[in-house]
Amino acid sequence: MLDAVQRPAPAAAAQPARPLLEVSNIEVVYSDVILVLRGLSLSVPQGGIAALLGANGAGKSTTLKAISGLLKTEEGEVTRGEVRFAGERIDGIDPHEIVRRGIFQVMEGRRIVADMTCLENLRLGAFTRRDGEVRQDIDMVYSFFPRLKERTGLAGYLSGGEQQMLAIGRALMARPKLILMDEPSMGLSPLLVKEVFGIIRRINTELGVTILLVEQNARMALSVADYGYVMEQGKVVLDGTAESLAANEDVKEFYLGGHGAERKSFRNLKSYKRRKRWL
Amino acid sequence: MDGTLLFQLTLNGLIVGALYGVVAMSFVLIYKASQVVNFAQGEFLLVGAWMCWWFLTEWQLPFVIGFLFTLVFMTLFGIILQVVVLRPLIGEPVISVIMATIGMGIFFQALMKWIFGVFAKPFPPVFTAERVSVLGLEVQTAYLLSLGISVAIMAGFGWFFRYSRHGLAMRATAFDQQVAQSLGISVPRVFAMSWAISAVVSAVAGVTVGMVNGVSSALSFYGIKVFPAVILGGLDSILGAVLGGLIVGVLENLAQYVDSQWLNWGNMYQVAPFYALLLILLIKPYGLFGTRNIERI
Repeated sequence: MLDAVQRPAPAAAAQPARPLLEVSNIEVVYSDVILVLRGLSLSVPQGGIAALLGANGAGKSTTLKAISGLLKTEEGEVTRGEVRFAGERIDGIDPHEIVRRGIFQVMEGRRIVADMTCLENLRLGAFTRRDGEVRQDIDMVYSFFPRLKERTGLAGYLSGGEQQMLAIGRALMARPKLILMDEPSMGLSPLLVKEVFGIIRRINTELGVTILLVEQNARMALSVADYGYVMEQGKVVLDGTAESLAANEDVKEFYLGGHGAERKSFRNLKSYKRRKRWL
Repeated sequence: MDGTLLFQLTLNGLIVGALYGVVAMSFVLIYKASQVVNFAQGEFLLVGAWMCWWFLTEWQLPFVIGFLFTLVFMTLFGIILQVVVLRPLIGEPVISVIMATIGMGIFFQALMKWIFGVFAKPFPPVFTAERVSVLGLEVQTAYLLSLGISVAIMAGFGWFFRYSRHGLAMRATAFDQQVAQSLGISVPRVFAMSWAISAVVSAVAGVTVGMVNGVSSALSFYGIKVFPAVILGGLDSILGAVLGGLIVGVLENLAQYVDSQWLNWGNMYQVAPFYALLLILLIKPYGLFGTRNIERI
């Protein structure tokens, strides 16, 4: 059992150097009145994969948007605390500047440009780059997602899985140092989820891209991540290495869908057991 | 029936229609990128044509240099308008933005009259031959040039939106501004760029019309002619704008033919596009290529 007491700033797991991404004690307010994040802290070391888990409305997506700056497009604001990327403060900077610094968010629901072709979407991903290696990178993306190469029509007509692949491929085109992924498994069949997560892992190991992953599919997320954070009501309530979280009884109970033999059948489940709250 | 006249009028229609198409494209560009209905589009032609006239006659610059100066001026003009007038209005109701563009139109109309006077002034002759013969028809050189320029601009637009980085960025912004920002695109910069391109392209059209008819405030009437063209093609379709422009151009000339041969009402040339506009709004309110659910005004 892990220590579930909230810590002010969880230290990066076995990482002596300064982590690539450090979020310390941030508070996020939407439209000046709605407090969504209440002192959230997390950090992702260079080259790591961190998973951010939690129920709907816990503030996972908001956390990613606070890092990528997209909060600004939704009338949100980091009112306290700071976000540091590679040692520099990035909270309050415009999102397009943050992309140039090397953080790319793959937004929830893929959000590819439907009335452009696959190739145009990929080239769009390289918007911030001015070097001449875009063509090579398109081939690199095709090597990760061979089926995208065959799709010549409009991206809006791609299947959900292909759109997710395109969204990830588009992120790779920007050559980011850190990719923020919001629910890459959303709406995909279990087989495709497996495929997509396999590729996420490969992107991390082969390209050395650091990844912060928000997922509902906690089991899948913890299988690729090194470190995990569990959020509730705008705060991190539990964190630890992926193995320790996957073994944690509470996480099993509330995020990995039941544990032990007595829960295999739902017939005896007379009433829904209320989710334990740490707060 | 007068076959030659019909052919001549159709050709005129295509040439003028191509110009309408170009102006309509620049109108659609602004609408698509920044969701602003620009009622001052005609004044862009006017300002561009007057500036070019000024460079050529007052500064005595050779045509090519004066023309380039005009383009540079219009780029700045477009950017400044966007930054000073339109940017503070982002997020305001559509009607306020429309009012602002109408106000801009009136302002520049009056400013140009104040500076350059109310009478049409001819451009210094640019070509040695005033008219050339094409397929047995006399066509003004400037018209031929304008057709060439229109086609070149259309091809340029096609290339820009398909292959250039910034063209793709504009399309992405038109599709979803938040997505565009997540890709590292600065949306305010895209807005400014769309206004700059629109102003430049309109100015080119203004200069070509000015070379034929002389420069006067009548030029801004093109901004009004653009509405039938744009609504026929669909408010948010660049291809539709080009086709709409061509159709309106041909339509008004054919209307003049019908008028001169049989009706003798004497005003069909001016009015026909607007009859067409009414019909389109009744039958196909989203135009030929427009997306549904776009805002109507």
